[in-house]
Amino acid sequence: MKIKVLGPGCANCVNLERVTREAVATMGLDAQIEKVTDFAAIVGYGVMRTPALVVDEKVVLSGRVPTAAAVRELLESLAS
Amino acid sequence: MSVAERLRARTPTRRWVGLGVAAAGWFAAYELNRPLWDWLLFDVVGLDPESRLGSGVHFFCYDSVKIALLLVGIIFVVTVLRSFMSVERTRALLGGKREGVGNVMAAGLGVITPFCSCSAVPAFIGFVAAGVPLGVTMSFLISSPLINEVAIALLFGMFGIGPTLMYVGAGLTIAIIAGLVLGRLKVERWVEPFVFETRLGGQLIDSTLGLSWDDRIQIGIEEVGTILRKIWPYLLVGIGLGAAIHGWAPEDFFTSYAGASNPFAVLIAVLIGIPLYSNAAGIMPLVQALHDKGLPMGTLLAFMMAVVALSLPELILLRRVLRPQLIATFVGVVGAGIIAVGYLFNAVIGT
Repeated sequence: MKIKVLGPGCANCVNLERVTREAVATMGLDAQIEKVTDFAAIVGYGVMRTPALVVDEKVVLSGRVPTAAAVRELLESLAS
Repeated sequence: MSVAERLRARTPTRRWVGLGVAAAGWFAAYELNRPLWDWLLFDVVGLDPESRLGSGVHFFCYDSVKIALLLVGIIFVVTVLRSFMSVERTRALLGGKREGVGNVMAAGLGVITPFCSCSAVPAFIGFVAAGVPLGVTMSFLISSPLINEVAIALLFGMFGIGPTLMYVGAGLTIAIIAGLVLGRLKVERWVEPFVFETRLGGQLIDSTLGLSWDDRIQIGIEEVGTILRKIWPYLLVGIGLGAAIHGWAPEDFFTSYAGASNPFAVLIAVLIGIPLYSNAAGIMPLVQALHDKGLPMGTLLAFMMAVVALSLPELILLRRVLRPQLIATFVGVVGAGIIAVGYLFNAVIGT
């Protein structure tokens, strides 16, 4: 699973990366987490509200920081 | 489990009953705030309401609680209502609109669309790449931070409906006119070229689709937590300064420098406000204390608008997509609008 956290580095983006890492760690998921900070690349995904979460090149969440549990739920539904 | 998750209702009845109880508790706390501090500070502790210490401490305690309550209430309600709107939908509404009508719509949508200035750059690229005219995009980007729900909540709580409507009306006017002016100036040449080359890829996800009432309420609770965590230091410093001014500053100290008699007061207030980075929550207690000391409302509103609409960190972010010439023009046009509004209000309503 390839996970990308889109965001220029604002507080919300850091938070999203943290909860995502938390979720991946508790699930014991084999996933690569990458940060995307380039604006052209971010908008290339069709995202206009940062932060956003991209899993396997698909935008699954944008514009808010969910809880680690919500991210886990999201990743579980995608992993199965 | 987070607070928001624990508060999540399991059944519709429990959800609406929970909301009702929360609303009743909120109103009770709001009503009891003043009598509680009157009793605690003046009767129990025995402070003198007429003394500097007494009025300063009372102002600090009463105001902190009142502002916290107003913020929790208004942020929650606004966030739940805004969850029906999204930047994606706003862009779709603005696509293909001509200047003029487009600017008016963009300014209005800037108020109701959930948006944080940290998303200003991707939204700017997204709008321009989708064919929204530059001036119309600017109207949106100006009105969104300028007309701020936190400021509306606090203005209404401290000064009533009149100044609140003035503030919203002035903000909309500035956003519309500044967007029109920037559109006329043909500033496209000062936008970084990669913006026009960006192709929108991927499927657009509308983050508000398929939300249930429970989701919206949970988003509201989360947002209250996020905003309060972010602004409480500003708030405490603002209220502390406000209390100090309230209790200690000599009565004519501010009016003699920045009162109605000084024709440069608005100009200076705006010039000080532009580089200052705070938010409405930190500024409003100060505005209230200064207003009590006799400073005119126009000067204070102009100061607050300059602080919230133009900030150094946001301008530095915008530098990624805009050339310095355009940033300077942007600051100049918006700053001039705020100054004009300040003088207009001072002339019309005085103090």
